[in-house]
Amino acid sequence: MNAALLFATTGSVLETLPVTLRDLATGWLPEPLRWLVNSLVGVGTLLAVIGLLFAYLTLAERKILGRIQNRPGPNRTPIPFINLRFFGLAQPFADGVKAITKEDVIPDGADKVLHFLAPVALLAFSIMTLGVIPYGRHLVLLEFDAAVLYFFAAGAATELAVFMAGWASRNKYSLLAAMRALAQLISYELPLLLSVVPAVMLAGSLALPAIVEAQAGWRYGFLPQWHVFTPWGFAGFIIFFISALAESNRSPFDLPEAESELIAGHLTEYSGFKYALFFMAEYFGMCALSGMGVTLFLGGWQAPLPFLEFIPSYVWFGVKLLSLLLVFIWIRATFPRLRIDQLTRFAWKFLVPLALINLGTAAFWSLTSGWSGPLQFVRWAVALALVLVPFTLLGRRLSAGVAPRTYRYAT
Amino acid sequence: MNPELLGSPGGANVRAVHDAFHGDLLEVSMGPHHPSTHGVFRMIVTLDGERIVKLKPVFGYLHRNHEKLGETVSYLASMPYTDRLDYLSAMTNNWAYAIAVEKLAGQPVPERAEYVRVILAELTRLLNHTCLAGFLMQDCGCSGTPLMYAFREREKILDLFESLSGSRMMCNYQRFGGCRVDPTPAWVDATRTLVGNYGAFLDEFEALLTGNEIIMARTQGVGVLSSALAINAGVTGPMLRATGVASDLRKSDAYGVYPRFQFRVPLGAHGDVYDRYMVRVLEMRESIKILEQALAGLPGGPIMDPKAKLRGFRPKAGEAYGRIEGPKGEIGFYLVSDGSPNPLRYRVRPPSFINLTVLEDMCLGQTVADAVIILGSVDIVLGEVDR
Repeated sequence: MNAALLFATTGSVLETLPVTLRDLATGWLPEPLRWLVNSLVGVGTLLAVIGLLFAYLTLAERKILGRIQNRPGPNRTPIPFINLRFFGLAQPFADGVKAITKEDVIPDGADKVLHFLAPVALLAFSIMTLGVIPYGRHLVLLEFDAAVLYFFAAGAATELAVFMAGWASRNKYSLLAAMRALAQLISYELPLLLSVVPAVMLAGSLALPAIVEAQAGWRYGFLPQWHVFTPWGFAGFIIFFISALAESNRSPFDLPEAESELIAGHLTEYSGFKYALFFMAEYFGMCALSGMGVTLFLGGWQAPLPFLEFIPSYVWFGVKLLSLLLVFIWIRATFPRLRIDQLTRFAWKFLVPLALINLGTAAFWSLTSGWSGPLQFVRWAVALALVLVPFTLLGRRLSAGVAPRTYRYAT
Repeated sequence: MNPELLGSPGGANVRAVHDAFHGDLLEVSMGPHHPSTHGVFRMIVTLDGERIVKLKPVFGYLHRNHEKLGETVSYLASMPYTDRLDYLSAMTNNWAYAIAVEKLAGQPVPERAEYVRVILAELTRLLNHTCLAGFLMQDCGCSGTPLMYAFREREKILDLFESLSGSRMMCNYQRFGGCRVDPTPAWVDATRTLVGNYGAFLDEFEALLTGNEIIMARTQGVGVLSSALAINAGVTGPMLRATGVASDLRKSDAYGVYPRFQFRVPLGAHGDVYDRYMVRVLEMRESIKILEQALAGLPGGPIMDPKAKLRGFRPKAGEAYGRIEGPKGEIGFYLVSDGSPNPLRYRVRPPSFINLTVLEDMCLGQTVADAVIILGSVDIVLGEVDR
């Protein structure tokens, strides 16, 4: 047996391994019950994997932030009983124990029901968004036609929970944070949705597996046909990513929990496990939006090069997801925060027009898909111009009045 | 908004003010335990949405009776207390106090000590401005990275202070008629290395931040202070120079050996937060020049005037005001002596306290987020504000 065939065989075995394992475990059950248990196993696995990812993402974030800021990050927590530190790998569990054992403080005069419901609702909505993402060729938990709509509907509801938290806390910082969160939601929901429409348009479907399939294959044999490698797809991906940063309340758009102004924003009056739930929901939201970005623009679970296809699809999805999450963390370590009026101006005067123009670009791209030969260059040039010219013009208007200065000296 | 209601002396009732167009106002007490008030400072901010319509600073949480304390102990015993005024720049506080007492007693200072004082003051300026730039960026919402970079450099300077005076921050180094310890050649070499590397750090810091679009958008045109108001309020230091007024005691007072050094005084034009930040960065570059010249020209000789009296120090009756250009502005000490071992009157002119008086004028009409960076750009240390 030659090596290529070996790779191919192990590849296909690994590819279907999760499904095979599940069927082995539940195959003996009668039909209707098997469907139920299968679903439960899927949900349980997803929660376990994403939960573990959350735990280590917090550690990774603190470690990476630490390295960027020339300090080691958390590295002291030993594994219980054996006293080995292993770079502080037990830190997330220590954090978990701390969060659970900490006193849960509800402020006097707070709306107790809402105060309790807010983190629960937030977490519930962000878990709901995780259900529809295709994690691999055979790993789609919830496959239905309006997946994109469902995802963004559930995603938008998370901001409602943030508002609930801010309103129920009876704290002025929380209230300011709640107001900011709403302003941010309304502003960034629009470019987020608009940036997604071209991908839906080109796939002709709102179902995520279909959108991933639309990105299959390689142009010229090596350039993956992922949307991000087209002019409109690149612009759409950037708009999507910026809006995703804002939607998940991440730096530089972390205004609702702006530490230097609003202490901890809507989280000010939360402690212990409820605080941990908020934290978890933020990371779940981040994972969900990154997963969506991967699915819509980065080819989902597709391999980047033809000869790498033997690696299972879910590995590719994981790699792309983690790289996007890394960029989230990197941005957090690098950027200062915008002010609320700058934040909304950036959305309405820059992202929304760009996203609208991008619809046209995508339409042009799709209409000219038959062009070949030298017309190909025309196609690329026109599409690039459609992206770059508005970007430059709008960008110049956005940064008007802001420039580096020169200074004089007293004689 | 009805300005009469808001500006009235009974402004505390402003919560009840209702305006048909703007709705209710929100009064937020920022501080004394708030991440960005640089200590136990408190601002009672009245907000219309996110806009500030009234700001009332409250301080005194760190009041330690500094001035009265200075009158109950001997002249020398006040020296360590001055460390605790502006605890980021102990060396310049020490120097300003030493100058006041030396004026009072007519005490000369040897040349070597004057050079060492200049070196330490300029190192303090580097330290203070570096910290301030880091804190300001933190207030702008950078999650710690510029602050950590700034603190890395600050630690290097503090190490120098520690090896010279025995303490990182509470140096207690100056004496009337000189300095307490003579710096060793090894210390001078270490300082030379630090000064030689500091420009590279500033280049890196500026490359990362000064041209950053978000930083410029956040700080340009924010917290504008007019030069007229600055002069009327007695604002000094980088804050005054950022408004375009050429005022630097190192030039105008020419104390110590400053006239021997070549350096320029950077001036702003707009008086906003960006100018205050930039003026400080440019000042650091000038400080490096001064340090290079002072280290090159450091003479030998005694560090302490041999005739200076430490014990039984009783200046003749009279009064004196000693001041220098501290990193935050004019730091001055006013002393009245009646010939006894303790001063009859001991008074501090704290630059950051006086610079703080214009806070509300700079903040009105800006947003909460701006108030935080405006306060950050004033550069206060509560040890000095509250005394």
